[in-house]
Amino acid sequence: MTQGAKIWGLHLLILVVVFAAQFVLPSYHMTNLARIMVLAVFAMGYNIAFGYTGLLSLGHALFFAAGFYAMGLPIWHLGWLPLPALIAGLMVGGLLAGAVGLLALRTAGVSFMIVTLMFAQAGYLTLLYLNTWTGGDEGFVVARTARVLGGLDLATDTPRFMAAFALFACAMLVCLWLVRSPLGRVMVAMRENEERSRMLGYDPFRIKLIALIVSGVYAGAAGAAYGMLFGYVGATFATIQYSILPMLYVLLGGAGTVLGPFLGALLMFYLIDITSGYTDAYLFVVGAALVGLVLFAPKGILGTLRERIAPWLP
Amino acid sequence: MAAVLALTAVGLSLVFGVMRVVNVAHGEFYMIGAVVAWFVTYYLPFPPALAWLAALIIAPLAVALIAALADTLVLKRLNYDPEATIVATIGLLYMLQQAALTFYGSDARPVVAPFQWRIQLPWFGYSGYKLFVVLAAAIILVAVWVFMTRTKAGLVMRATQVDRETAQAFGINVDRVYAGTFALGGALAAAAAVLIVPIQQAHYLMGHDPLLLSFIVVIIGGLGSIRGTLVAALVIGLSDGVISMFFSPTLAKIIATLLVAMVLVFRPQGLFGARA
Repeated sequence: MTQGAKIWGLHLLILVVVFAAQFVLPSYHMTNLARIMVLAVFAMGYNIAFGYTGLLSLGHALFFAAGFYAMGLPIWHLGWLPLPALIAGLMVGGLLAGAVGLLALRTAGVSFMIVTLMFAQAGYLTLLYLNTWTGGDEGFVVARTARVLGGLDLATDTPRFMAAFALFACAMLVCLWLVRSPLGRVMVAMRENEERSRMLGYDPFRIKLIALIVSGVYAGAAGAAYGMLFGYVGATFATIQYSILPMLYVLLGGAGTVLGPFLGALLMFYLIDITSGYTDAYLFVVGAALVGLVLFAPKGILGTLRERIAPWLP
Repeated sequence: MAAVLALTAVGLSLVFGVMRVVNVAHGEFYMIGAVVAWFVTYYLPFPPALAWLAALIIAPLAVALIAALADTLVLKRLNYDPEATIVATIGLLYMLQQAALTFYGSDARPVVAPFQWRIQLPWFGYSGYKLFVVLAAAIILVAVWVFMTRTKAGLVMRATQVDRETAQAFGINVDRVYAGTFALGGALAAAAAVLIVPIQQAHYLMGHDPLLLSFIVVIIGGLGSIRGTLVAALVIGLSDGVISMFFSPTLAKIIATLLVAMVLVFRPQGLFGARA
């Protein structure tokens, strides 16, 4: 078996297992899994910027929320149909990422983190400021009639799961294809040694900008899908916490691995879910997980696995 | 409020300058300082003035202890790698916030407006106390200044800031300097909080605004330049009031954050950075 076949085989197998899970799981966990898949798409987008290209952004909530509002606002105010609204969400996520990238990519390292954080914060405050349009802190509910896509009512369990799965599968396969493509290799080269890749004739700014835009499209798509599937749009999704969460997922699952974001989202979601049964101190769990991860396993689960057992893991 | 802002920001600037660590949990040190101050004044059977003075001593010490612990347990093991430390301090932020929520927020009166306590200082009028805050902050700042420029410990800290390896080669215990710097930074934030807490109330989310503001101050003033930080704190603290007279506070914050981002993009050394 060639390495390529092995890699594609593994990822398709994972997809089949996740798809089959809906026939076994009770309704509560099915909704959870749909949620995890959408969040995993968000984290995958984050991973493209952070894990592969080495851009540690603290402002991805901005792109996530851009997807939310670009999907939700036209439906609310203009009565758009779901499909164009979803596409709008995805595009605005990418556009915003491009705009932020043009400015923020002039900086690097710690400054890049702070600049993205500031932009995300400004975005969040803007949402609050324009609260007559956006609903501000309270947000708004996406009308049930606007959540019917191609005859499928996304407010019910099975179609919701299917829609989330479709998005997740597309996102994962595109991500896998991207990181194995020449462009993906150059992105990794940027992460490892920017000067050297510049000397090889690659334009760091252009590559990073592309990575950030792709990342923004992922985040926007995840945001739009989240709002569509769970029927609520609110400014809480623009807070710093939603920039931290994908980072947490990626760090836990393994930065720079295709499956890492999904694994991280899955584990973290259930960790919070289970601990919140015992205590309401779930923020503490998030904080402790972050500190523990950077201390003891900076490569995450799959990163460590790749180092020890399976060096072929993409 | 410029004075208190300067105090918080100098703590952040000190930590960044000496250690090259962006401490995202700085606002939480401020918050913990306020919360500890509340506990001290509430439980100590002293008259209010004495209890407050006790808080002014105990709260910075407690926060300094937390900071030193965080430094030796976490930051040191990361070798002060800038990006890893930011992630770690974000984790710290969540843990401190949750701790405050659990031990302070879920107090005896959790439902009926849980954060209504005020520490009264009856011997001063309202504005009289504000004047006192400015004075006290100025005294602390001068003390820090003298400490940094006139004492041996300050000299050691500045030496470590300039060149960590050479300092180590000269027999300076860099680990201890870093722990001390981090503790001092935290203590300054806590002192600022104790000063402000009679005017504002202690709340487990109160760390957010000062963190953002001190980020702004530190960036505008040039990262790591204490003099620039002071000037910027005064300018921003005073202009904050002026701006919010013309615009709504949210709009003022939006403008401020965007301006800061632009400063970082186009003038990464800060507006006063060259002078440092």
